[in-house]
Amino acid sequence: MSSDALLLARIQFGFTVSFHIIFPAITIGLASYLAVLEACWLRTRDTVYRDLYHFWTRIFAVNFGMGVVSGLVMAYQFGTNWSYFSDFAGSVTGPLLAYEVLTAFFLEAGFLGVMLFGWTRVGPGLHFFSTVMVALGTLISATWILASNSWMQTPAGYEVIDGRVVPTDWLAVVLNPSFPYRLAHMGIAAFLATALMVGASGAWHLLRGDRSPAVRRMFAMAMGMLVIVAPLQAVVGDFHGLNTLEHQPAKIAAIEGHWENEPGAGVPLTLFGIPDMEQETTRYAVNVPRLGSLILTHSWDGQFAGLKSFPKEDRPNSTVVFWTFRVMVGLGLLMIALGLWAAWARWRGRLYDARLLHRFAVWMGPSGLLAILAGWLTTEIGRQPWVVYGVMRTADAATRHGTLELSVTLAIFVATYFLVFGAGISYMLRLIRVGPTPAPGHAPLSGGPGEARSPSRPLSAASSSETGPADPPAAASTHTGA
Amino acid sequence: MGIDLALIWAVIILFGIMMYVVMDGFDLGIGILFPFMPDREERDVMVNTVAPVWDGNETWLVLGGAGLLAAFPLAYSVILSALYLPLVFMLLGLIFRGVAFEFRFKADERHRPFWDRAFALGSVAAAFFQGVTLGAYLKGIPVAERAYAGGPLDWITPFSMFTGIGLVAAYALLGCTWLILKTEGGLQQRMCRLARPLTLGLLAVIVVISIWTPLTQAGIAQRWFSLPNLIWFAPVPLLVAACGWTLLRQLGGAPHGGPFVLSLCLVFLGYSGLGISLWPAIVPPHISIWDASAPPQSQGFALVGALLIIPVILMYTAWSYYVFRGKVRAGEGYH
Repeated sequence: MSSDALLLARIQFGFTVSFHIIFPAITIGLASYLAVLEACWLRTRDTVYRDLYHFWTRIFAVNFGMGVVSGLVMAYQFGTNWSYFSDFAGSVTGPLLAYEVLTAFFLEAGFLGVMLFGWTRVGPGLHFFSTVMVALGTLISATWILASNSWMQTPAGYEVIDGRVVPTDWLAVVLNPSFPYRLAHMGIAAFLATALMVGASGAWHLLRGDRSPAVRRMFAMAMGMLVIVAPLQAVVGDFHGLNTLEHQPAKIAAIEGHWENEPGAGVPLTLFGIPDMEQETTRYAVNVPRLGSLILTHSWDGQFAGLKSFPKEDRPNSTVVFWTFRVMVGLGLLMIALGLWAAWARWRGRLYDARLLHRFAVWMGPSGLLAILAGWLTTEIGRQPWVVYGVMRTADAATRHGTLELSVTLAIFVATYFLVFGAGISYMLRLIRVGPTPAPGHAPLSGGPGEARSPSRPLSAASSSETGPADPPAAASTHTGA
Repeated sequence: MGIDLALIWAVIILFGIMMYVVMDGFDLGIGILFPFMPDREERDVMVNTVAPVWDGNETWLVLGGAGLLAAFPLAYSVILSALYLPLVFMLLGLIFRGVAFEFRFKADERHRPFWDRAFALGSVAAAFFQGVTLGAYLKGIPVAERAYAGGPLDWITPFSMFTGIGLVAAYALLGCTWLILKTEGGLQQRMCRLARPLTLGLLAVIVVISIWTPLTQAGIAQRWFSLPNLIWFAPVPLLVAACGWTLLRQLGGAPHGGPFVLSLCLVFLGYSGLGISLWPAIVPPHISIWDASAPPQSQGFALVGALLIIPVILMYTAWSYYVFRGKVRAGEGYH
């Protein structure tokens, strides 16, 4: 297979998986958020929670559909484009994927219908149960797929017999060394990304002068989540990094742009630089002495392997992962800052009035998703040149398609994804712009899943929220808890 | 070990794909029928008859793929790489019509016709390329050194084009009779009128494939027309004839659920006929389910889950259908 074809196959997978990862991340976070909202509604009978539930359900429905169809592509791509990998390691990744379908996909899909369309068809208890099942399904799904992905990063519990992987210990396969860290890191990332999206939505409406209880409550809930989860993510990320250093030292060396150790000296942290794979050096490096040692070995003069200690053909591309990693960490630090700022504003009693804070929150809306993408690029490109780390090379995994087929399909995928998911994201943003409006009685709002956006006043929905408080928070105004 | 894991897994995967064909069949059929139903309100009713369940229906396709990867990784890698292009086209069709479920309601008036067309064309494309995939698969896949040994366009044959069209007809009939079950009034009556030519069309497709495959493939002729197989398998064509005849008769009266059940039977019979032709090949004509098996550690591990969980899945799927039972009316949107 030519190197062009391999590159095209990798781009195709990277492109489709990058789009795909966005939607499930939001699905995971929103499903749990919706379960919390419905629980609060059932406990307190505070209509603000119910209105928020219906508001986010509409957005959830659009997002979920995109997650399903982009995921379907992934389930087939392992065979169409990575057939040697499937033949070699399908005995491990296949059962994990099968368990994901059985325990998660069906659970989500089976209860999704009742969750989205069953508000008046089943009792409140059963409806809540359905929401919880959908949320549970998303979490189970993440668990299996991350077990599979982690096994590719840090394979365990197997033997290679006759050129094929044979699982010998399933517990070791699933609980492979990097799995717990990856699961925690990715799960928290999904919650974080969702909190940032919800927070940005609330902040946008606050900036527009809509100070209805529902808007305030969703902003407060999102910021509350952020203040706890963003620092937690930094701690989990640190543990994940140490785990990577233990099992995939070349990846860490590439992330740090670290080429070789000086005898007896601590490793600096390179804040800025351009790692050059040919010259084996990091150009324009701006270093902080010893900080690299401190972060990765938790000591002043600890050392870890540099890229030069790995054969050239086994090195991941440092130029790329050096930067994707820094984008992720930089965004993470901004998230922590946003959480602290919001906590401070809350303490001063100005959470709903601090316009600069709201503006910052709006800008940070997509940061969770960007950080997830940057993190995934780091961990996946950092695994190269292996598809199963240390066991099978990516170049040996790809189906021998010609460059022509691969270019044509890639072009079609790119055009389709930008069209379809671009439209979908714009519809989600438009739904967010409408804002949570109170519903009369127990009935949900019109414009829910399977209904036109706002039949009574088409296209005016967006502008009506711009007039803010004129959209009266009828029943809800008596419960301004937030 | 006395248990034939490969055999059990083949049955599970066949069951999963059959569930997919009959269930996603009728909701793809709704998209295929869209061009015949230009009225907006009727289209909304049509879509809302399947909106709460389509996602679950499509999950059976993922189970088919995942089960194949888990139990028969060689078959998964060979079949999918051989049928790369038609599968990609099928996936693209499924993308367009999958998102159109919500998008056509959430788009503004200018975009809405686009998503209506995406829903219809996506459904037709998904069904057609599934049929093409089936046809190419039936014709056999050349394999050398555990990998596909043919060209990228080998799947384009008159036979595969015919099976493509045949599957579109089958799904259209399923969608049509599903709507007879789920709707009333003018929409239902028009579906009754459409069902007649669709039934005849599907019967014709079944007949043609039943003649075409044994004529071109000696193995399949041998399977059906040697004794005692001829006697064992004779009920299949007889039942097809009986189902078709009853279905056509029912359409004359005031039908409700009958035509849907009968068209499910027709599709099921056609499906089992293909199964009889191929068994036990999993990559026809030469690789059997036992050749392509994953190690027993993999098949056994996944089997525990499959046997425990599939019955539960069937239960809550049935419950979901029960919650959304009854006729769907205009403007109702299940709220």
